[in-house]
Amino acid sequence: MAKDSSQAYAEFAKGLWKENPVFVQVLGMCPMLAVTNSAINALAMGGATMFVLLGSSLLISLLRNVIPKQVRISTYIIVIATFVTLADFTLKAFAPALHKELGAFISLIVVNCLILGRQEAFASRNTVGMALADAMGMSAGFLFALFCLGSAREIVGNGSFFGFPLFGPNYEPWVIMVLPPGGFIMLGLILLLFGAIKQARAKRPSETARKAA
Amino acid sequence: MSRPVPKQADVSLVKMVLTLTLAGLLSGLALAAVYEATLPRIKENQRRALRRAVFEVVPGAADMKRMVVSNDRLTEAPEESEEAGIYAATNESGEIIGYAIPGRGIGFQDFIDLLFGYDPKSGNLTGMQILESRETPGLGDKIFKDADFVAEFRELAAKPEVVLVPNGTGAAPNEVDAITGATISSRAVVKIINEASREWLPLIEGG
Repeated sequence: MAKDSSQAYAEFAKGLWKENPVFVQVLGMCPMLAVTNSAINALAMGGATMFVLLGSSLLISLLRNVIPKQVRISTYIIVIATFVTLADFTLKAFAPALHKELGAFISLIVVNCLILGRQEAFASRNTVGMALADAMGMSAGFLFALFCLGSAREIVGNGSFFGFPLFGPNYEPWVIMVLPPGGFIMLGLILLLFGAIKQARAKRPSETARKAA
Repeated sequence: MSRPVPKQADVSLVKMVLTLTLAGLLSGLALAAVYEATLPRIKENQRRALRRAVFEVVPGAADMKRMVVSNDRLTEAPEESEEAGIYAATNESGEIIGYAIPGRGIGFQDFIDLLFGYDPKSGNLTGMQILESRETPGLGDKIFKDADFVAEFRELAAKPEVVLVPNGTGAAPNEVDAITGATISSRAVVKIINEASREWLPLIEGG
């Protein structure tokens, strides 16, 4: 049991950092660039993606021995599309303002390669518990990445955070940052930053090892 | 590619077809259930948003009814009619105090949907609200974020037609100052209003 829970934790934690879907695997770039012009939009998209990934991973790992291999991808797509549409209706009913902002990008979660990728690579080969831990970690990692980009773009591009003005009326926002090109620029900067952090972390253990020797 | 393909002779075509059919069926069921469950709320949200917009463009409105054209006259729309129409705003005693007219046209990037109020007594526009637009953030979106621009449509003469003039030069009652840096979007708003006015104002005044 203890081994199980530590393994589940490992499956969860890898999505946050070591195999982060955005910073490491560079998956799911379409929503990453399209809806991160504000922190709240990024959170909503991350939340919707999390719901879809958790639901699909649960169902697919439950059914992994039932689905014939030849039609597995089509089955995955049906499952994913169903969860996406559920999320779409729910948002439309309970958060119309957010739904209006995200618009077509909710439906486009269906083609987020992160979700199909996790089904094929993980949920279809692991037990329900592990699949859920993996889905939780990956979607949390995705949410974290969206939130980083969304906050950074909103702060520079609009001078606000969650809609609250930060810098006073004299701040001239860098409008480019909330426009599509800003998404690419900021994503590049953030990937650079995380690459640098990763490199710095990779260097440290080797130095301590050398000292010990 | 990396793994050897296992022998699949035992998986029959029937099983494949069955799996997909079942998946489709269950998915359909789930969707239908959630659609039915959320529909009233979604409709209510849309109705409330429209009501808010109508009351915003016709100051003093207490209630509204949908009007459509039949026999060249404006009449109250029957429930569930899908025809294009406008909204008559009434005050507390039920008198029509103005009309809210929806308009749609091409903006800078995509269609702009808007609603404007019209007071037949004074012949003036009473307000304008953008319902749906994808104008450039920071530039074109000033058509609803710039309070000065939006305010121009209150007490604006609708006849002979609304005219867009460069910022700071508007003097006549039917002139609107364009937004600097969003000329195309401002022009689009004025054009949509004029087109909708040409279509609806004669009907309002005729009956």
